[in-house]
Amino acid sequence: MFNYIIKRLLALIPILIGVAIIVFLIVHLIPGDPAQTMLGERATDQALERLREQMGLNDPLPVQFWRYVKDLLRGDLGRSIMSNNPVSAELVQRFPATLELSFFAIIFAVFVGVPAGIFASMNQNSWFDNLSMLIALIGVSMPIFWLGLMFIWLFAVELGWFPPSSRIGVGLEFTPITNLYVIDSILQFNFTALKNVLHHLVLPAVALGTIPMAIIARMTRSSMLEVLKKDYIRTAYAKGLKRKIVIFKHALKNAMVPIITVVGLQFGVLLGGAVMTETIFSWPGLGKYLVDAIYARDFPIVQGGILFFAGVFVIVNLIVDLSYALVDPRIQYE
Amino acid sequence: MRKITLTTFIILAVIMSMFVTGVMAQEQGGTLVFGRGGDTVGLDPIQVTDGESFKVTQQIYDTLVDYTPGTTEVEPALATDWEVSEDGLTWTFHLREGVEFHDGNPFNAEAVKWNFDRWRLEDHPYHIGGEFTYYSYMFQGFPGIIQEVNVVDEYTVEFVLSEKQAPFLNNLAMVPFGIASPEAVKKYGEDYFKNPVGTGAFVLEEWRQGDRVILKANENYWRERAYLDEIVFRSIPDNSARFMELQSGSIDMMDGVSPEDVEAIEESDTLKLSLRPSMNVGYFAMNFKFEPFDDVRVRRAFNHAIDKQAIIDAFYAGLAEPAKNPMPPSIWGYNDEIEPYEYNPEKAKELLAEAGYEDGFEFDLWYLPVPRPYIPQGKFIGQAIQSYLSEIGVTANLVTYDWSTYLDKTDHQEAPTYMLGWTGDNGDPDNFLYVLLDKDNSNNAYESDELHEVLVEAQKTMDQDKRVELYMEAQEIIHQDAPWVPLVHSTPPIALKSMVENYIPNPTGTEKLHRVWLSE
Repeated sequence: MFNYIIKRLLALIPILIGVAIIVFLIVHLIPGDPAQTMLGERATDQALERLREQMGLNDPLPVQFWRYVKDLLRGDLGRSIMSNNPVSAELVQRFPATLELSFFAIIFAVFVGVPAGIFASMNQNSWFDNLSMLIALIGVSMPIFWLGLMFIWLFAVELGWFPPSSRIGVGLEFTPITNLYVIDSILQFNFTALKNVLHHLVLPAVALGTIPMAIIARMTRSSMLEVLKKDYIRTAYAKGLKRKIVIFKHALKNAMVPIITVVGLQFGVLLGGAVMTETIFSWPGLGKYLVDAIYARDFPIVQGGILFFAGVFVIVNLIVDLSYALVDPRIQYE
Repeated sequence: MRKITLTTFIILAVIMSMFVTGVMAQEQGGTLVFGRGGDTVGLDPIQVTDGESFKVTQQIYDTLVDYTPGTTEVEPALATDWEVSEDGLTWTFHLREGVEFHDGNPFNAEAVKWNFDRWRLEDHPYHIGGEFTYYSYMFQGFPGIIQEVNVVDEYTVEFVLSEKQAPFLNNLAMVPFGIASPEAVKKYGEDYFKNPVGTGAFVLEEWRQGDRVILKANENYWRERAYLDEIVFRSIPDNSARFMELQSGSIDMMDGVSPEDVEAIEESDTLKLSLRPSMNVGYFAMNFKFEPFDDVRVRRAFNHAIDKQAIIDAFYAGLAEPAKNPMPPSIWGYNDEIEPYEYNPEKAKELLAEAGYEDGFEFDLWYLPVPRPYIPQGKFIGQAIQSYLSEIGVTANLVTYDWSTYLDKTDHQEAPTYMLGWTGDNGDPDNFLYVLLDKDNSNNAYESDELHEVLVEAQKTMDQDKRVELYMEAQEIIHQDAPWVPLVHSTPPIALKSMVENYIPNPTGTEKLHRVWLSE
């Protein structure tokens, strides 16, 4: 098992090198010029020329690439063209926000989606089954910007139950440490802030979790239906086991592998930054930031951000692979 | 009779007292939460070019001279008065005494010289942390036209220019030229943009990147201390979500109001609207290198063919003025005597027929790919122009590119016709007329020698009345030549809670908030 993990982590290196090359090429070959974007209507030829020179954009592409690789090997992702802030600082600043939101969204998706899927499979073709699958279908096809705006309008403006957006209220005593606000407020024993942070998390987490929830519910249902048809389930019933035991101990465990796969994939996708959710809920995460960087042609940020996401995605997949062994002892890693 | 007089007197007294309390009772204290579309990029004003950064640095820093609230006229700030030599090349500024930076260091002539040297000298040890874009833009490169900065005595500083620059004072009032504490810049180096230290009414408390900037009142401010204790600038990217935050009460004011929300604000009891005086122009340009736009009759025909007011009603919620000149009326020297080309399709057709195009023609119309303050919905406005032109028998094909390519191609005169605009920097007519339409700068191959002479003379003239006269003349020449269809001057709306008092939006796009107070 240990060897397997090492092997997988080593495999990360060629993947990241490949991603680095592809990202560099894509970013530099698409039309558009960061100097031009930065100066906007004020771009005169001399001003552009001076800015390009300062940014090192006038060097031939191979020279720029070599500089990029050299810095990368030293662990230096460069500085943002827009803000002059180190890319790594920007990533460290923003990724925790994305991580926190994705975590609560996936928790919501799993805790609602899995039970709904199980219950639907137990009563196949009942009204609950039909209704929940209809809801799941709507959930999968829901445009999130619309859902988010409706949430804010209903629960924040009309009912006033939740704050409309952002991570924490104004005027609270609170110092971010890790930028995972839930953890930070616990570390500081600041339970007023913790309550406020959790309160702010509800709407965006539910909005972001809706689509994964629907996907997980559908996957759970179909996986369970398949298992429930197996002979050993019939045998279990025949032995006189209670329905609850049969469903949760015999069926669910065997249906778990595809569910874990879907949950892992969805979590990986969420960690890539939920642009729409972050925009609607003013969530200062990486997704929105990266998209802005693409528009501004902020090359170092785009390169660093995508490289970072590639790494995160591979690691999440590794964790998913390892967790198969937990639910199915027949799976072993060499 | 006597009774009535008494009643009248009492009513009058009550009204008077309400008036007095209403005006006098500026309340000290409170937090103002300002919702805006994006985060600040950096807090070193000389290194940034975006409005979201300037909005905040405006509060932290002061400039030598400042704009009078709500106008582009210049008044004293860190400099109390100044004189200029006969030849217009030497400017002497007398500085305010007893002013301190937020870090306790004194503001004096040395500090002013240090800041200007840092900006203009490429070999200065602290010429780091960015590109100093606005310095090279307003003063023409490094070191640019500011040849020398001399300390005369502790509170007197002298600028020697290599050539006359009539808008020099207006330039110095711009927010990028806020004076920073030299000691702080030395201490933080490349990271100074996160640790700003100025002399302004507010001090940076905390900046949570991507989320909010928190400012606290400067207790030692050299003007009166701010009424507010705290300002929080929150980034709320989505316009609708930001408006809902205002409705739910979690923010006190916002900019970037969508036109469709204007009606709801006007009807609301708890919200109000403030319009920023326009300092921009959105225009539709015709390129002289492409036939038939070299013919003035065709260009005038286009000017008659487009109904600007209808465009404003449809796409700006009525919150813009139709343009007749290339610069907005908020700028001095605006020529209000010019008769605009009225909307008259029949006349437009006649002009086209006169030019030999009674059967119309076909051409490419480039529309803006991104929302800008002067043209928020490029594609829709492009379609509106297209349909107006089809009414006079001309076929426009809509074309666009990504923003930076669009700028690049229009700059190289590759667009036959295109939409673009401009937001003024320093409130000087030169910053519109020369920058946009002089033969050395125009993007549509409009090359008028007559105009060039007038504009260059105005640049070298120090006498204000004479300059006004010259710019009036310049606008007349432009009107006759009709190189553009000037479309609109937009007045961006700002929505506020009714309790936010004494907010005066400035045409330059940002303003100091130290005189803002909260009632209730």
